[in-house]
Order: sequence, then structure tokens, then C-alpha cells
Amino acid sequence: MHPSHVDTTQLPDAGGHFGRYGGRFVAETLMYPLEELRVAYERYLKDPTFLAELEADLRDYVGRPSPLYHAERWSRELGGARIFLKREDLNHTGAHKVNNTVGQALLAQRMGKTRIIAETGAGQHGVATATVAARLGLTCVVYMGEVDMARQEANVYRMRLLGAEVVAVKSGSRTLKDALNEALRDWVTNVDDTFYIIGTVAGPHPYPALVRDFQTVIGREARAQLLERTGRLPDALVACVGGGSNAIGLFYPFLDDAEVAIYGIEAAGDGLATGRHAAPLCAGTPGVLHGNRTYLMEDRDGQIIPTHSISAGLDYPGVGPEHAWLKDSGRARYEAITDAEAVAAFHALTRIEGIIPALESSHALAFAAKLAPTMPKDQSILVNLSGRGDKDMHTVASREGIRL
Amino acid sequence: MMGRITQRFEALKGQSKTALIPFITAGDPRPPVTVPLMHAMVAAGVDLIELGVPFSDPMADGPVIQRSSERALEHRVSLLDVLGMVREFRAQDARTPVVLMGYLNPIEVMGYDRFAAQAGDAGVDGVLVVDAPPEESHELVGILRAAGLDLIYLLAPTSTEERIAKVAEVASGFVYYVSIKGVTGSGHLDVDQVVAKLKPIRRMIRLPVGVGFGIRDAASAARIARVADAVIVGSATVRRMEDLADMPQRIPDTVCDFLSGLRAAIDAAGDP
Repeated sequence: MHPSHVDTTQLPDAGGHFGRYGGRFVAETLMYPLEELRVAYERYLKDPTFLAELEADLRDYVGRPSPLYHAERWSRELGGARIFLKREDLNHTGAHKVNNTVGQALLAQRMGKTRIIAETGAGQHGVATATVAARLGLTCVVYMGEVDMARQEANVYRMRLLGAEVVAVKSGSRTLKDALNEALRDWVTNVDDTFYIIGTVAGPHPYPALVRDFQTVIGREARAQLLERTGRLPDALVACVGGGSNAIGLFYPFLDDAEVAIYGIEAAGDGLATGRHAAPLCAGTPGVLHGNRTYLMEDRDGQIIPTHSISAGLDYPGVGPEHAWLKDSGRARYEAITDAEAVAAFHALTRIEGIIPALESSHALAFAAKLAPTMPKDQSILVNLSGRGDKDMHTVASREGIRL
Repeated sequence: MMGRITQRFEALKGQSKTALIPFITAGDPRPPVTVPLMHAMVAAGVDLIELGVPFSDPMADGPVIQRSSERALEHRVSLLDVLGMVREFRAQDARTPVVLMGYLNPIEVMGYDRFAAQAGDAGVDGVLVVDAPPEESHELVGILRAAGLDLIYLLAPTSTEERIAKVAEVASGFVYYVSIKGVTGSGHLDVDQVVAKLKPIRRMIRLPVGVGFGIRDAASAARIARVADAVIVGSATVRRMEDLADMPQRIPDTVCDFLSGLRAAIDAAGDP
């Protein structure tokens, strides 16, 4: 497949629906700007000049293709299937998020928008957005929950260094979901000159499809790399799921390969039974939030309930609608990993392979470590190592009673 | 059968009057405040009441209405509780239309059929679901209409003629024109822009048109009253309630003083 090819499929439908999920559940003021965005996105993703520019940026600025790494020593210790890591942690800014922000920023430029806004949880998407805005000379405002700002001070400083204005969100639970609400409120107020770069495959149509299409470069590269290395497709894919953009990016090019098992890993926090988690697919129910119908963490009255995960990037009460559809259709399976299991995997990869993973990605690694011993040695597991763990030093240290 | 909303607008039209519609959040600042306040507002001359259903993530609302939702949710006010308040109000007032305004998720979770049946039974006349545009409300509008309820749609400065036509196909009761690009309670009201946008809306939609967002005092209410069928006042009402959150017994008088002032200004604006 040509690297600049961007996938299109039968889903979503014209209204942005993946089965009963997805859609465009927003106030009237945003309906037209969303339609304007859809038209631009469909046009430019078929435009050879746009695609060439995107490809050059991904190569020269992001550092793509990212390597595929065989974690040989870790695989041997686990004693089962071979584990391959897609090294999105090696991208510029340290995570897969930049694949999407590079693409959306190019779209913003084409649409003549001069002001960029974004929401962020852990700060990775905010940093990736501030980065591309700096490069293109666009004004950038990032909304971040007050609670998350305290947890991720270093990323707040990075965004400010890059010239972004970071706005503390003090409403609701003061975390990612509230940052998203606030970004939507900004957009509704400044629709004429502002482009909203959503960081995940959630939100109203066309965002789930648009973000997916910018992230599928992960799966396309990994598929070709693994085929070249092993001569066959992986037996299983594993990726963590918060909103679900790194996971869709990996899964999407394999959806038609029925022999490839697909596992999305949510955050079980203190354990699904405790209620203190962020696992809407494993333990939630369908509803409507942030412009789309999907699985949510909600109470019996339809109010969104607080979530918990050690990983700020997974600490979100919803999930991309395509994941909801993949769950119901049975094509992908969704499991959950606790904070403790994720931290154990964080240490294991660090000590055994010399790679410090993000806590988000550590959820996928922890599941792969459970799965590998159940599979024969001639099989392989492809794990998306979606980000690096530098940002999580303080979180891990303080959990272990260490002051940095 | 003609619904209470349509009856009310017909009656006002006969008197060449513009409707005054206040918005309050049900259960704000405490649940016992709501029903007596509704009766007091009727006595102060309002024509229809918009009752907000509290939601944890009110993404189209500004800070004032967000905080009112948070205050109500501290008392765990649910959609069922709100329906109970309407039922209580209806026991003493069979004439004033009540429209619930909120977000889709609480209705999704209750189930459209169950909600429509219970809302109709409680005496609700219409429902405005902020995040349910025509494209996403085919099923809901059918079920509500079968239960005798109007689904009130929004139109905005960004609505194209194509979108106005879409709303014209499905709307009943009245339509709600959002006068500014922004969230509730924000921005600067530009009456000339409102007038310009109302032209295609009037041409394409036969229903009464209410205008809301950004009306905060008697002067802005009077200017809007000259061009709209209803003046809708949300944040300015709710802000007065917030100021008295610790003295809720004073809320009805304060809110009604404010609304009486608007009523007088609106009626004076209509005089030749």
C-alpha cells in the first residue's frame, strides 16, 4: 500500500454513524462548522498535494516510519508468543498524538483558520497541538482540567514554552471531560476563525473518522513491517483504549484480517468491582456525550460519573464510537488492566528491554504479558507502544513513596 | 388537539403581545425552591416556563447555568425528580405551558418511550434537547409527538437555509433562535443581526420564533420583543438566583421583580 494512501471504508455512514453509535449530537450552532469540516476533510484526503505534504511532515518532522521492535528478552521471559512493539514512543513529542495534530493543523491551514484550540488530559495531545501550532505560526489555546494541570506540571510548562495559552478548566470534575466541554464552548463562540483539534476518535462526526484516518499510519506501517520481518500477519493486536485513537490507528488496517485477534485494553483503575476505574466498554452502558453515542461511565439518571486511572490519558468516561461498534460486532475484544498491573508492566519493560513506556501504553503491555504465555512460540503479538514514560516519572515515583 | 404551547402563542397573537419565557434549572439552588418559584413567575406575568434538567456536562452552557446544574446535582436532582416537580406545578396550574430544556443523555438512559409517557402524564408540553439536532432526533420527535409533546428545535446564526428547511420539516410548538454565537449568558447581542437572520426563518417556518441567549435586561428584552414572538431569559434569571443561593426564601421576590420589569418593557415595546 502506498504510504500516503488514507483508508476509506463503508463506516461510518454519511451521518457519521457506526451502527447505532457515533453521529453528531451537538447544539445547532456547531452543525454547520462540523459540516464545513467534513467537506474539507473529504476533499483534502483525496488531494495528492495535501497528502504529499502530510507524508513529508510525518517523515521529516515526526520521524516516521516509527520502528517495529522485537522485544526478544521480554518475550523469552514470558515464555510464549513473540512480542513486537510498534514504537510510537519514538515520535517527535513522544507519543502517537502528533500523527493526528500534524494532519489536522494542515487541514486548519487549508481552511484558512488562524486559531487552534484543543483539550488535553495528560498533556500529550496538548503538547502535540502546541508543537504544530508553533511550527505553523498559529495561535493556540489548550483547555486542561485544573486537576490534570496539577498532575502534569511539566507538560503545562512545555505547552507554554511552545507559545500556547493553557486555560485551567474549573468546572465539573476538572479533568479531561470538562476540558472537552470547555473547548466545545470556545469553539461555539469563535467558530469563524477557530479550528478545534480533537485529540481522540471521539466527539461529533467527522472527528472519529478524521482522527482515525490520520492515525491509521500506525497500523499500515506495522502491518508492512511485520510481514517483512516474519512473513506473516500477527496473531494478536494489543493497544490501550482511553478515547481510543492509538488503538484504532493500529487496528483499522487489520479489521478485514479475520485471523488476527484484536484486544483493546481499558483502565481498570483500582479494579472493575470497586467502581473506581475508566472502563466504559467493559463496565459501562451506551449513552450520548460530547457529540456522539457510545459506551459511557454513567449513573442510572444519565449523569456522567467520575473516573479513575493512574494514567491521565485513559481517565475519560467515554470511548470512540467505532470501538463501541467493534465491541458489539465482536470483531474486537475489550479487557481491562488495573493500576497495579500497569505499573508492574511499566517496570518490567523498563528493566528488561531498556524502554520506559507511558503508563497508558503500560496497560497494553500488561495485557500482552498475560496473553503471551497462553500462545505458542511461533505466534506473534503486536503491541502499540503508544507513548514514552518520561511524563510519568513523578506519578510512578510518588506511588512508590519516592520524592523526586 | 391544539397543545398548550400553541394555544398560548395563539392567544398572545390575538392580543398583539410578545411572550416572556424565563429559564430556571430545576432543583436550583435546592429542590423545594422550584415549584413555588414557578407559580410566582406565572403571577409576575410570564407566559411559558423553561425548566432546565440538570446535567453533569452542559457543553452548550456558560458558567452561570453550569453552576446552577452543579447546585441541583448536589441534591441529586434527576429527570424523574424534574417530572415530579412539573406534576406538582400542574396540580395548581393547568394553563401555563412548561418546556423541559436539557441534554439528551438523561432521556436516552430513561428510554424515549418511558420518558414520553411520563412527561406527558406529568403535564410537560414540550422538550428542548440541546444536543439533538434534526439529524439525530427522528426517533425521539416521533415518540414525543405521539405522546402529544412538542420537540422545540434551535436555530443559530450559523444555520444555513438548508438547515432552516430541515428544522421547518420537523419542528412544532415554536422554534428557539439562539441570538449569538456562543454559550448561554455570553457575548454581545446584535439586534440588527438577529433581525437579518429572522427574515429567512420567518419565510421558511410558520411557527412562533422565540429569541434567547444574551438578553439580560429590560432594554435588550424590549429590543428583541419588537422582532420576536417570545423573549427568552436564562442566565440573567439564574444569576439572580445564584446570588441568593444561601437565602432561597428571597429568590421568588427577587426573580419576580426582575421578570415584572421585563414584562413591562416588553409590553411597552409592543405599544404603537
